[in-house]
Amino acid sequence: MAQGNSGRTGARAVIEALLDEGVELVFGYPGGAVLPLYHELARTPIRHILVRQEQNAVHAASGYARTSGRTGVCFATSGPGATNLVTGIATAYMDSVPVVIFTGQVPTRMVGSDAFQETDITGITIPITKHNYLVKDVEELPRIVKEAFYIASTGRPGPVLVDIPKDVALAPCRAPVPDRVELRGYKPTYQGHPGQLRALARSLGEAERPLIFAGGGVQVSRAEDYLRQIVEKLQIPVVTSLTGLGSFPEDNPLSLGMVGLHGKPCANHALMECDFLMGLGVRFDDRVTGALEKFAPRARIAHVDIDPAEIGKNVRVDLPLVGDISCILKELLPLVEPAGHGPWLKRIKELRNLYPLTYGRGGEVRPQWVIERLGEMTRGQAIITTDVGQHQMWAALFYGFTEPRTFISSCGLGTMGYGLPAAVGAVLARPDKQVWLITGDGSFQMSMAELGTAREQGLPLKILLFNNHSLAMVRQLQHFYYERQYTAIEFTGNPDFVRLAECYGAEGLRISKQEEVVPVLARAMGNDRLTLIECLISPEEIVYPMVPEGAALDEMILPE
Amino acid sequence: MDTVFGIPGGSVLPLYHELAVASIRHILTRHEQAAAHAADGYARASGKPGVCIATSGPGATNLVTGIANAYMDSIPLVAITGQVSVAMIGRDSFQEADITGITLPVTKANYLVKNVHDLAATIHEAFYIATTGRPGPVLIDIPKDITTQRALFRYPPKLHLPGYRCKVQPHALQVAQAAAAIGAAEKPLLFIGGGVITSGAHEEVRQLAEGQDIPVVMSMMGKGGFPETHPLFAGMVGMHGTAAANYAMCETDLLIGVGVRFDDRVTGKVEAFAPKAKIIHIDIDAAEIGKVVQAHIPIVSDARQGLAAILEKLPGKGEHQAWRQQIRRWQEENPLRYEKGGLKPQYVLEELYNLTKGQAIICTDVGQHQMWAVQYYPLSRPRTFLSSCGLGTMGFGVPAAMGAAVARPGETVVVITGDGSFQMNIQELATISHYQLPVKIIIMNNGYLGMVRQWQEFFFDRRYAYSEMLGNPDFVKVAEAYRIPGRLVNESREVVPALEEALAAEGPFLVDVRIDREENVYPMVPPGGTLNKMVTGGKGA
Amino acid sequence: MKRTLSVLVENRPGVLSRVAGLFSRRGYNIDSLAVGRTENPAISRMTIVVDGDEQIIEQVGKQLNKLIDVIKISDITNDPYVGRELILIKVNADPSVRGEIMQIVDIFRARIVDIARNSLIIEATGDADKIDAIENSLRPFGIREVVRTGKIAMLRGAKTRGMEASGNGTGE
Ligand SMILES: Cc1ncc(C[n+]2csc(CCOP(=O)(O)OP(=O)(O)O)c2C)c(N)n1
Ligand SMILES: Cc1ncc(C[n+]2csc(CCOP(=O)(O)OP(=O)(O)O)c2C)c(N)n1
Ligand SMILES: [Mg+2]
Ligand SMILES: [Mg+2]
Repeated sequence: MAQGNSGRTGARAVIEALLDEGVELVFGYPGGAVLPLYHELARTPIRHILVRQEQNAVHAASGYARTSGRTGVCFATSGPGATNLVTGIATAYMDSVPVVIFTGQVPTRMVGSDAFQETDITGITIPITKHNYLVKDVEELPRIVKEAFYIASTGRPGPVLVDIPKDVALAPCRAPVPDRVELRGYKPTYQGHPGQLRALARSLGEAERPLIFAGGGVQVSRAEDYLRQIVEKLQIPVVTSLTGLGSFPEDNPLSLGMVGLHGKPCANHALMECDFLMGLGVRFDDRVTGALEKFAPRARIAHVDIDPAEIGKNVRVDLPLVGDISCILKELLPLVEPAGHGPWLKRIKELRNLYPLTYGRGGEVRPQWVIERLGEMTRGQAIITTDVGQHQMWAALFYGFTEPRTFISSCGLGTMGYGLPAAVGAVLARPDKQVWLITGDGSFQMSMAELGTAREQGLPLKILLFNNHSLAMVRQLQHFYYERQYTAIEFTGNPDFVRLAECYGAEGLRISKQEEVVPVLARAMGNDRLTLIECLISPEEIVYPMVPEGAALDEMILPE
Repeated sequence: MDTVFGIPGGSVLPLYHELAVASIRHILTRHEQAAAHAADGYARASGKPGVCIATSGPGATNLVTGIANAYMDSIPLVAITGQVSVAMIGRDSFQEADITGITLPVTKANYLVKNVHDLAATIHEAFYIATTGRPGPVLIDIPKDITTQRALFRYPPKLHLPGYRCKVQPHALQVAQAAAAIGAAEKPLLFIGGGVITSGAHEEVRQLAEGQDIPVVMSMMGKGGFPETHPLFAGMVGMHGTAAANYAMCETDLLIGVGVRFDDRVTGKVEAFAPKAKIIHIDIDAAEIGKVVQAHIPIVSDARQGLAAILEKLPGKGEHQAWRQQIRRWQEENPLRYEKGGLKPQYVLEELYNLTKGQAIICTDVGQHQMWAVQYYPLSRPRTFLSSCGLGTMGFGVPAAMGAAVARPGETVVVITGDGSFQMNIQELATISHYQLPVKIIIMNNGYLGMVRQWQEFFFDRRYAYSEMLGNPDFVKVAEAYRIPGRLVNESREVVPALEEALAAEGPFLVDVRIDREENVYPMVPPGGTLNKMVTGGKGA
Repeated sequence: MKRTLSVLVENRPGVLSRVAGLFSRRGYNIDSLAVGRTENPAISRMTIVVDGDEQIIEQVGKQLNKLIDVIKISDITNDPYVGRELILIKVNADPSVRGEIMQIVDIFRARIVDIARNSLIIEATGDADKIDAIENSLRPFGIREVVRTGKIAMLRGAKTRGMEASGNGTGE
C-alpha cells in the first residue's frame, strides 16, 4: 500500500512549484502528515537541511532570506511540528522577512475532530502571518503555492503559511502551476505619488538640519546605493534603527549609527535636534522613539514606507509617501539640488565629541572591546547574527557594519534563540562570507541543539558566546527599575560550553583575559571549522547608553 | 500552588519582583516551551494545576506547543504571560504578540486583562476553569502596566460564569440503562482513557472490572488507570496496541468507554470500529459523545461519578468466563515479542522494569521508544505515565520529568526518549543540573527519527527522506559538560550495569543506549485500517 | 465617533475570523458587524460600524486593507446611503396591553410576527435611531429578548467611495 504513488500528486505539484520558484534550500523536520512532501522532495536537487527543532527551521529560513534577499522555505509536520513554528513565524513577521512555510495537516475528513496531531495552525497563525491557507482542494494547490511566494516576497514581505492535509498531498493533481498571480485584494504600491515626491524634494531643500532615519525597509528594497547617493548629494547625516544596521556604512563620516533606547549618544541627540526627519522603511517602534510626545520635537517628519498602515501608526507624519524605497529614492535623486549643510554637520561633529560612546565599568574582559576587535579584524564585513540580550546591543553598537544584509537579528520580537539557526541559514546563503554568531549564555541554550545541524552540514560557523552566567539584560532592568532585586536571572547550571562545543566536533576556545582576545579571535578566523569561543564576562556590565522609560531620547543614562 | 516554571523578561518583571518575596518556588527553565511542559508534567504527576510564566512576545509564543499539548491531553495548566502596556497593544510594539488570539484554538479559555480590578477575579476564574469539568489550559495575558498598578486583591466570593457548566450529574435513566446493558452483555469490555486518571476513577474501574468480570483495555492516556499485571487486563488498543486488545475491540458486544475520546489512533477505520458492540460512553465533555463514534448509552459525567452510579445499580457479580478465556487465548497466541540478539530497546525496558519493580514514574517522548515504553513497562498506579498522547510532541519527555521530579520527590523518575526527541529540549540538562533534579534519562538512540523511518519503510517505498540524524553529539559527553554523569551502552550485557548505576545515583543520570537501528514497533495497524488487520513483526515475531 | 465601513471581501471560509481577529488584536471597538454575500457569489460584503477617532479609523482602514482577502473598503459615513438594521423583540403582552403595543408597532411601521399567550414577537427594520426608539418604547411592557442583526448599508445612486490603500491621504 505505497502511499507515495507514481502519478502527479498534490505533493509533487508543490515540489514542482518550488522548483519553478527557483528554491534551492528547504529547512525542515519530517513527521507523519508531511511525509508525502518529503517523499517528493527527496527526488529533486533541492537541498534539505534537517534542523533539530521546527522553531529553528523558520529561524534558519529567515536567516537565509535576510542574507540572500530570497524567500526562505520550510517544512514541518502537523500538530507539534506546526506549533513549534509559531515563535519563528512571529519573529519573521515582526521583521518583515519573506518565508513560505508548508505544514502537513491531518486528512481533510478528520480536520476539526481533535485528531491525533491535529492543530488549527491557520487559526493560530492568523495574527502572525501576512496570509495563510488551508488547502482543501488539490487542484488549488499549484495556484496557492504560487500566490504564497508572491505574497511573501512582494510589498512589505512577510511569512505565509500553507497547511496541506495529507489526503490533499496524496491526491492526483492536474492543475498546472499558473504563470501569473491574480489577487484582487492585494496590490502593493511601488511608485511614489508624484506630488508627494515633489513635496519631499522641496522639504529636503528647505531643511537646515535634515536627518535620514534608515530602517529595515531600505535593505528589503535593496535601496542602499540610492541612499548613499542621496546622502552624498545632500550631505545629510544618517541614523539607523536596529534593523537598519548595514543599510549605510558606519565607516562613512555621515553615519551616526543606531538610534533608540540603546542608541548611540550622538545619534539620539541628532534626532532631537534635527528640523527635518526622513524615515525610510522604518516603523517608529517604541524601542526607537522613547516617549512618543517627546520624539524629534523640532522636526517635520517625512515617512516613506511600502506599507501604508505604518504611516501615522505611531508618530504624527507631516509628509507621507507610500511606495518602494528604491523606486522613490531613484525618482527623488534628480529632483533635489546638491547641498552642503555646513553648520549642521559642524554641530554633528560637536555632538560626536561631546557624547562619545563609552563602556562604563565592567570586569576583566570587556565585551564591547571584544566586539570592536572583531569588527576591526573582519573589517566590518562579516555577517553577524545575534541573539537577544546585552550582547545584541553591544554587537549593534560596537561592531561597525559596512555592508547591507550583514546584521541579522530578531529586532521586532526580540526572540532569544534566533541567532544560531539564523547563522545556519546565513552561512548556507553566503558561503563566501565569514558568519559570526554573537550570543549570550541564556539565548544560546534556547537553540543550541542546532550545533548538530551545523555539524551535519559541515558549516564553518563562528560563535562568540558571552557567558555572564545570567540573563543579564533582565538583570539590568532589575538593576534600574526593581531595586536591584535580582530574581530568576542567575544560571548556575550552565554547561562547560567549550566541552559542549567539542561534543559537536567543534573547536572550543575560551577567553578569560584581555590579552587572549585577539589571539583567540584570530585563531577562530583562521580555521575553517565550526568554532565556539566562550568569553567570560561580568554579569554586572550595563548596556550604555540607556534611555529610561518615559524619557526623551536625549535623556540617556550614560556611564559616569 | 507551590511551584511555578518560567523565564523572566521585561514585561513580566513586576510579577517576578513579587514572586521573589512570595513563598512560591520558581524553577527557571532554559526555554519557555520546557516551562510549559514541566508545568504540564507537574500537573499530570500531582493532580494539581501546573503553572508557567513567560514574558510577552517570544516568551509567550514559545509556550504555544506546551499549551496545545496540554489542551489535547486535557491537562490543567495555567499559563501567565506578560504583555506590553495597554496603550501599546495593537501597534506591533516591541515584543508584542497577540497571544490570546494565537492561543484561541488551543486553550480552554484565555484572558487579556485590561483592568487591574479584574485581575483577582480573572486569576480565580482561570484556575477554576483549568481544573474543573474537562480540565485544560487557560492563559492569562497581563499587560505590564496592569501588574504595576495597585488594587485590592480579593477573590470574588462567587464566580459568575453563565456560559460554563462543568458539574453534571450522571443521568439516572442512562445509568440504569448502562447497568442493565452490563448485566445482559456476554462479551463486555471496559475501555479506559485519560478521564479515569483525571477523575481518580481507578478504584471504581477495578471494582467494576472485578465485580462484573469484565476485561479491560486502555488508550495510551489510560495507562496507569488499571494494573497492567492484572489478569483482566488485555492491553492497549489502537495503532500500536496489542493484538488481544484490538481483537477484543472487534468482538466485544458491549464497549464501556470511560473518559476516552475515540481518537483516530485508537479507532483505526471508524466505520469498522467495534462493529458488534453496543457502546456506553461516559465522559464529562458532552461534545466528545457522538463526535467520532455513536454511543448507544451516553452518560455525561465525571468518570468516577458515572462509574460509581453504575456500580450502585449493579446488583450481583458478573461472570464472563468464555469471553475472558477467549481474550487470554489471543494474548497467548499473540504475545508482544521481539527478536533476541543485538541490542533491543524492548530488552532495555524489560530490565528497567525488573530493576525498578514497575514502580517508576515513566515519562516518554514521541516516537518508537514511546510505543516500546508503553508496551514493555507495565504500570499499575495512576499518574505514573507521562506522555504526549494527543499532540504527540517530541521534546515533552525531559521537561515533563522535571515537573514530575518536583511534584513527587522521593520517587524514581525515568525518561524514555529518542535521539531526535531528546535534542528538542536538550538545553534542559542545565535546569536539571541547576536544581539537581533526580531525573534518569534513557535515550533509545537509533540515529534515526525512527518512527518516521518506520513509516517510510512501510508506506513510502523505503525512501528514507531526511529521517536519518547525522551530526548527533555523544550524549554522555554532553551530559558531562553539565556535570551530569552518564553511561554509553553499546551491547546488551552493558544494559543492566548501566541501569543499576543510573538508578543508584542520587541525582540525575543519562544512559545512551545504541539500540539496533532499524528495529520496528509491532504490531501496527496501518493508519485508517481496521484494528484486527495488524502488521506483525516481519522477523522474529 | 461612529463610522460605517462597507467592506468587500472574498467569500471564503475564515475571512470573518480574520477580520474579527484584527479588530480584537488591535483593540478597535466594533459596534456591529453584518456580513452576507453580494450579487457575486465569490464576494461578500461586510458592513462594520466602528467607534474611534480619526487616527483609529484611518488605521482600521489601512489594516483591513492589508488582509489579502479584503478587496475594497469604503467609509460611507459621510455619503448618502441607506442604512438598515433588523430587530426582533419578544415583549410581554398580556391581553390588557396588546392594543397599546399594536399602536406602537403601527407608528414604527413594524410588524408582529409571532403571538403567544403572554408575549409577542415584533419585527422592525430601520436605521439605528428608529431601532433604538422602538426598543425604548416597548421597554415599559417588559422586554424578554432582543436580537439585532447589526447594520447593513448601501450607497444611494450608483457610486461607491473607496478608502484607498495609498495612505498618501494623510498629508494632503
Ligand atoms: C524567548 C525569550 N524569552 C525571554 C526573553 C526576555 N529576555 C530578554 S533579554 C533576556 C536575557 C538574555 O540573556 P543572555 O542571552 O544570556 O544575554 P545577556 O543579556 O546576558 O547578554 C531575556 C530573558 C526574550 N527576549 N526571549
Ligand atoms: C515536534 C515534533 N516534530 C515532529 C514529529 C513527527 N515525529 C513523530 S515520531 C518522530 C521521530 C522521533 O524520533 P526519535 O525521538 O529519535 O524517536 P524514535 O522514533 O527513533 O524512537 C517524528 C519526527 C513530532 N511528533 N513532534
Ligand atoms: Mg547572559
Ligand atoms: Mg531515534
